[in-house]
Amino acid sequence: MDAPAETMGYMLAGYGVIYGLMLIYFVSLVIRWRNLRQDEQTLEELDKEKTT
Amino acid sequence: MKAIPRALLVVDAAAFLMLVAASVMVFAYAPIERVMGPVQKVFYFHVAAGWVGMLAFFAAVVAGVAYLISKKPIWDLVGVGSIEIGIVFMLINIITGSIWARPIWNTWWTWDPRLTTATIMELVYAAYLMLRSGIDEPERRARFGAVYAIIGFISVPLTFLSIRIFRTIHPVVVGGNDPSVDGSFSMTPAMAQTFAFSLVTFSVLFVSLLWHRIRLGQLAEKVERLKLKLVQ
Repeated sequence: MDAPAETMGYMLAGYGVIYGLMLIYFVSLVIRWRNLRQDEQTLEELDKEKTT
Repeated sequence: MKAIPRALLVVDAAAFLMLVAASVMVFAYAPIERVMGPVQKVFYFHVAAGWVGMLAFFAAVVAGVAYLISKKPIWDLVGVGSIEIGIVFMLINIITGSIWARPIWNTWWTWDPRLTTATIMELVYAAYLMLRSGIDEPERRARFGAVYAIIGFISVPLTFLSIRIFRTIHPVVVGGNDPSVDGSFSMTPAMAQTFAFSLVTFSVLFVSLLWHRIRLGQLAEKVERLKLKLVQ
């Protein structure tokens, strides 16, 4: 019986893309969240200064 | 912004642990397919990513209808979040399909009906994000998003059914098994279990990501409100 095709490299490339893109999206969520939190804190401080 | 709810932490933990378990099943439990070899294992997450993409686009339709009825901004956040996640997972689906095709079809890409409709679908939703970002007025943007999500969804059943209604070289593994198609195979019980678990895992992952994306949208809205308050 013939052995399966030697396609290990393609499998690794496929899973590299899967985990890589999921990680990039996850990191983008974290970065956007962190930037918005910084903006929120800055704006709240400005708002306090404005009201006092 | 409130701390992360306990229920979301539970969903996050479940998604992470299930992703680890699904990966172990793919690499250690599911057997190597006897013709295609290891590259067949791409199938489990390739299909699961496509499933999440289509599920996300469907969720955007539900959110769109809910927004048009209720006019509640939360539904706009659900819609845009779903579409953003759907685009990411459909991109995973398309790229992994291309990687699988190289050794099996001997080409990275061919304008087969499934590949063509999937690409059109991805572009339709990428255009959604681009067009949406060009509208400043929040209510108009949300209304546009809702209508676009509903009309754009036409591309989803077209993509799903393309391998069943057109002549195609793309294998139909679930619900059709033409052995003459390059890359078709019959699933063993271990393959079917790995496949089913991957679908459930990616569905839980979708819930986790969408929930985080909605919270991100709510925070962005709060920042916008603060900005408007300061300029007044």
